[in-house]
Amino acid sequence: MLSEQTSPDNFEKNSRLAGPAGNGAGPPPLNDADLLEMYRTMVLSRTLDQRIWQMNRQGRAAIVASAQGHEAAQVGAIRALDPERDRFYIYYRELTTMLALGITPLELLLGFLAKDGEPLSGARQFPLHGAIDRSRRDIVSFSNVVATQMPQAVGVSLADKMRGEKRVTVAYFGDGASSMGETHEAMNFASIHRLPIIFFCENNKYAISVPLAQQMNIESVATRAAGYGIPGIEVNGFDPVAVYEAVGAAANHALAGDGPTLVEAVVERFLPHTSDDDDTLYRSPEDLEGIRDLDPIPATEKILRASGVLDDAMDEEIKSGAQTTVNQATEDAENAPFPEPHDFYEQVYAPGSPGDQS
Amino acid sequence: MPEMTVIEAVREALREEMERDTTVFTMGEDIGARGGVFLATEGFIDQFGAGRVIDTPLAEASIGGIALGAAVNGMRPVAEIEFGDFIWPAVNQIIGEAARVRYGTQGRRTAPMVLRVPYGGGVRGGLFHSQSIEVAFAHQPGLKVIAPATPYDAKGLLKSAIRDDDPVIFFEHKRTYRLVKGDVPDGDYTIPIGQADVKRTGSDMTIVSYGLVLHYCLEAAATLAEEGIDVEVVDLRTLRPLDTGTVLESVRKTSKAMVVHEDTKAGGIGGEIAAVIAEEAFEDLDAPVKRLAGPEVPAMPFSPLLEAEFMPSAEKIATAIRELAAY
Repeated sequence: MLSEQTSPDNFEKNSRLAGPAGNGAGPPPLNDADLLEMYRTMVLSRTLDQRIWQMNRQGRAAIVASAQGHEAAQVGAIRALDPERDRFYIYYRELTTMLALGITPLELLLGFLAKDGEPLSGARQFPLHGAIDRSRRDIVSFSNVVATQMPQAVGVSLADKMRGEKRVTVAYFGDGASSMGETHEAMNFASIHRLPIIFFCENNKYAISVPLAQQMNIESVATRAAGYGIPGIEVNGFDPVAVYEAVGAAANHALAGDGPTLVEAVVERFLPHTSDDDDTLYRSPEDLEGIRDLDPIPATEKILRASGVLDDAMDEEIKSGAQTTVNQATEDAENAPFPEPHDFYEQVYAPGSPGDQS
Repeated sequence: MPEMTVIEAVREALREEMERDTTVFTMGEDIGARGGVFLATEGFIDQFGAGRVIDTPLAEASIGGIALGAAVNGMRPVAEIEFGDFIWPAVNQIIGEAARVRYGTQGRRTAPMVLRVPYGGGVRGGLFHSQSIEVAFAHQPGLKVIAPATPYDAKGLLKSAIRDDDPVIFFEHKRTYRLVKGDVPDGDYTIPIGQADVKRTGSDMTIVSYGLVLHYCLEAAATLAEEGIDVEVVDLRTLRPLDTGTVLESVRKTSKAMVVHEDTKAGGIGGEIAAVIAEEAFEDLDAPVKRLAGPEVPAMPFSPLLEAEFMPSAEKIATAIRELAAY
C-alpha cells in the first residue's frame, strides 16, 4: 500500500506554488518499490557521508562538504528525471545525487581521498568536481565558485533546444548561490528563450554562516520565479515524494516546450558547511539538535514500515549492506595510489593544438 | 584580390564559418537587427535568423557563461562583448571557468568558444570605451588570445579561432576596424594560431608589436629607413601562446629589440617579451631591450589632447627607434 506521503493531496500539503503555475502535468505516482529504492539510496548516502566525515577527522580526507540533511531532496529529484537523457549541472553538496545517478561509493571515495582513477577530474579537483564521461552520464561540476554553473547550464540547455533535442538540464544550487548575479541572469535568459531547464535550489538556510534572513528579505527563493515569469515551487525537501512530484512537474513543463521552472527544496544542513567550518560559532545547540528531529531517513523508514513494505530483516539488510559496501569501498580507495604527475601538462589545450605541452 | 577593412574581414570570416558549420552561432548585445554596434554582424539576422543570431540582455556574465555552456554541449558559439571595457563581469566565466574546463575535467569536457572583443583606444572612447585589457587574458593558461592588426590576419585568424577546440579570446582593435584596409583573398583560408608574422624585414633592430600600434611601428620604420636605419617589425598576432621563436630569430639577427604596445607598461606583454629575450638571447644583444607602452595611468582620457598624450604614435616610436639605434 502506498504511504500517506504518496497520497494525492500530498503534493499540496508539502509544497506550494510560489510563482505562476506550470502546465500542471505531474509525474506518474510512485509505488512502494520506488520509495523503498529511494530509501536504500538515502541510507547508502548517509552511511558513506558519515564515513567520509570520519575519515576527515582522522586526517585521511582533506575536505568534505556533507550532504547530510539533503538526501531526500536529492533522491527525490533524480527519481523524477532520466539519468540517460538529462543533464546534471550539480554543485559540491551532491553526494546523494551522484549515488542516485549510478556513480559508485568507491568512485566517490577515490575523489575524497584524491586517488588515482577518480572519475571526475583524476583528482585534479576537490571531491565531486569535474565531469563524468559524457558517454556514461552528463554530470558536470566544474567549479567551487558558487553560481557559475547557472549560466553554463542555461547554455547547455540552449544548445539542446537549438538542436531540437528533448532533454532536461538541471542546474543545482543553494540558497547562498541564489544571491549571485549570475543566478538572476541565468533565470532571466532561460525564461526569455523558454529553455528546457530546471533550477533546483537546495535551501539549507545557511550560506556558510550567514542565515537566510541576512541573505534575502523574502520568504523563499521560489517566490523570485514570478519576477522571471516562470513557475516557482517551494517544496519540503525532507519529503522525497513531494520533491519527486515537484521536479516531475517541472520536467514535464520543460519537455512540453514551456520553459524553465524554479524548484526550491527546503532542507537542513545537519553538519557544518564543510569539514573546515565550525557551526557552533553561529548556531545554537538547540537549533542544531532540533533540525535532526525531522531527519528524512528515519521518517521514510517509518512510512515504509507502516505500509508493510519494510520489516526488521529487510531494514537490517539495507543498513548492513550499505555498511559493507562502504567498508569495502573504503578499503579499496585507501589501497589505491595517488595519481603520479605523468599527465600534469595534458589537457591544458587540445592535444596537438597551439600551446599543447603534453 | 579584393581590398577590405578589418571589420569587413571579421564579418566575412564569421559569415563563412556560420555558412560552413551549423554548430557555429553568435550571441551578444545589439548583434541582431542593429548588426552590432560596429556592424560586425550586419545582415546576419536576415541570413541566419534569430535562432543563430541571438540578441542577449545586457548581461556580460551570462554571455560568457551561456556561451561556455553551449560550447561544452557541442556548439561553437561566437559571443561578442560589445566593448572590451564591459568584459569584467564575464571574467568569472572566462578566466575562472572556461580556461579550466578542459584541465579540470581531464578533457572530459571542452569549450570550443570564441569571444570577440573590440578593444583599444584612439577613438575618443574615454575611460570606458578605450581599454587595452588583453594582458589579463594572455596571462591565463587554458585560454588562447589573438590580437590581429590587418584584415588578412583578422579573417584567417578568426576562422582558426572558431575551428579551435579551446576557448579563444579574439581582440579586435576598434581603431583598425575602418582605418586599416588590406588585400584579402576570396574564399576560405586560415592562419595558424600561435604564429607571429614578420611584417617588415630589416637588419638594424627588431620591433615587436601587435594591434593598432603595429601600423604606427611600420609607419615609423618607413620614416627611419629614409634616415638609414633598417627596422624589422614583428607582428605577434597571437598573445597566447606566444611565438617566441620568431621573436628570438629576429632579435638574434638584428641584436637590438624594442616592444611597442598601447597597453600600459608594467605587467604588459612587453615585459614578457623582454624577459624571453633576456633569458634566451642575452648574448646576442647589443643594447638593453626597450619598451614603449601606454603610460601608467588607469585609463585613456576623453579630451583629444589628453587622449593623444596617452596613445603611442609613429612620432613617439620613431624617437624611440633613434634612441635605440644610437645606443
